[in-house]
Amino acid sequence: MTAIAPNTTGRKLGLVIDLDTCVGCHACAVACKEWNDGGHMAPLTDEDPYGREPFGVWFNRVHAFETQPESGCGGGPASTRTVHFPRSCLHCEQPDCVTVCPTGASYKRAEDGIVLIDEDQCIGCKLCSWACPYGAREYDSHSGTMKKCTLCVDRIYNTNLPPAERRPACVMVCPTSARLFGDLGDPGSDVSRRVAARGGVDLLPDLGYRPVNKYLPPRERRAAADTAPLPDAPGGADIGQRLLGWVDRLLSR
Amino acid sequence: MHPAASVILFTVTSGMGYGLLALLAVLGSLGMLPPDPGLGLAGLGTALALITVGLLASTFHLGHPERAWRALSQWRTSWLSREGVLAIMAYPPAVLFGGGWVLAGRTDGVFALAGWLTALLAVLTVCCTAMIYASLKPIPQWRNRWVMPGYLAMALATGAAWLALLASVFGIGRGLTDIIAILGLGLAALVKLAYWRHIDSAAPIATAAAATGLGGLGQARLLERPNTQENYLQKEMGFRVARKHANRLRRLVLIGGFGLPLVLILAASFLPAAMSIWLLALALVGVTIGALVERWLFFAQAKHTVTLYYGAATV
Ligand code: SF4
Ligand code: SF4
Ligand code: SF4
Repeated sequence: MTAIAPNTTGRKLGLVIDLDTCVGCHACAVACKEWNDGGHMAPLTDEDPYGREPFGVWFNRVHAFETQPESGCGGGPASTRTVHFPRSCLHCEQPDCVTVCPTGASYKRAEDGIVLIDEDQCIGCKLCSWACPYGAREYDSHSGTMKKCTLCVDRIYNTNLPPAERRPACVMVCPTSARLFGDLGDPGSDVSRRVAARGGVDLLPDLGYRPVNKYLPPRERRAAADTAPLPDAPGGADIGQRLLGWVDRLLSR
Repeated sequence: MHPAASVILFTVTSGMGYGLLALLAVLGSLGMLPPDPGLGLAGLGTALALITVGLLASTFHLGHPERAWRALSQWRTSWLSREGVLAIMAYPPAVLFGGGWVLAGRTDGVFALAGWLTALLAVLTVCCTAMIYASLKPIPQWRNRWVMPGYLAMALATGAAWLALLASVFGIGRGLTDIIAILGLGLAALVKLAYWRHIDSAAPIATAAAATGLGGLGQARLLERPNTQENYLQKEMGFRVARKHANRLRRLVLIGGFGLPLVLILAASFLPAAMSIWLLALALVGVTIGALVERWLFFAQAKHTVTLYYGAATV
């Protein structure tokens, strides 16, 4: 119900998203839409899908950001970076989206921390979407209810699926394994170790929602001198020279 | 934030209704307004009608109005739930107080007690309405100390404008109600000015770098949105039209909603009842339009942290 249970099992299921390897292919967003269109919160309505103004419910959306060092113009073009940024529910530990809900339709499960909506109770007041700083909730005007990422609760506990597939659809589909799923409450879990090793961060930590999902920042770039192709491995007509140049460029990455 | 007509209508009319209800209950219980059946019926009837219309309007905002009763269940954590519970709790004492005033011609004893309880519940309900907004961390224009005084002062001013008109119509307690309306309007104008000054000068609470966790790489700027058409988040949380005209609309609220009505009420207090009614009615029209525009601005000028994911540099 709307109050956050004080006693939990300590399990915090969530995602770790690696911004270094995400290539912005949108496969996770599409897989999420596809799976959940028939799942727990289904259907994910699309209005005017082939018309002028398509308008639909998505649980996961991929943005692209450009970063620039604070030093500004002195940094030069080599220091700006393009970062693909997937955004879905972070299954926060202090989710105001849950506590503001007047009906109890929004709740955070004590057993694993997943934040869900009971659609039969939701009155569609939209207050929870106002309370979420991350834009993780979307209103479905056809069902008149709010919808959000379920952490694929209907996959991860689904004993009809082979164990290897009991993972969220977005995690299953990611071609670069930029999305990882696991128990962030267990410091020994694979996801927790990755977060520790890579300095995983919370989004908007000052607001106090304490997201379970963590983002791994892009790795430092190696110095340009390490990666620039050598000038003495030229192309030209000679096939051997061209091959050498290609090997150099490949190894310099 | 997207200003929904139903929510604007709800907050303005219910605020008016609770303001009028609280004023009648306090002045009646103090014996400062004699229990005249006409004024009691018209005054309390208007107040309860405004509140009821407001509550009904708010349900039109819902995706499932038929489930609205469920909203009463989570009063332990949700300000929306608390508002609903208190709003309903205010009816019985209000009806008892009204019955005493209209039928028994009395506002003392148990009726006075009912009056005080009515006033308390009316004020608390307006506080809950304000807290629905003031508790939302992602919206700095709402989560600040001027929001609750703003809602209370607007309820007082709009309720007092009604009371001044009704007192004039029934020829009871005129001088007193004029003074209260003038003070209420002055107070509301000052509080709104302070609120606007605050939201114009407050430091941002978040940056795009913090929203993406990319602060380690410097500044972050949106390069590409995930979708080519606007989605729910952009329509609901990324509303932009208002800020362009904000200053003009604020002047409209200050002059049309507070200043002009104040002058009209002041002038009316020197006129005989028959003439003052027209001025007071005009003042009420001005106050109502002002309150609607003020509330529209309150929504439209609010910026949500979600806009950081759609191009805003700071919120
Ligand atoms: S990301 Fe938003 S919707 Fe998800 S738990 Fe946190 S506050 Fe709630
Ligand atoms: S929209 Fe539904 S889930 Fe969200 S706060 Fe309202 S009732 Fe709760
Ligand atoms: S966990 Fe499931 S519901 Fe959530 S974003 Fe991934 S695919 Fe979508």
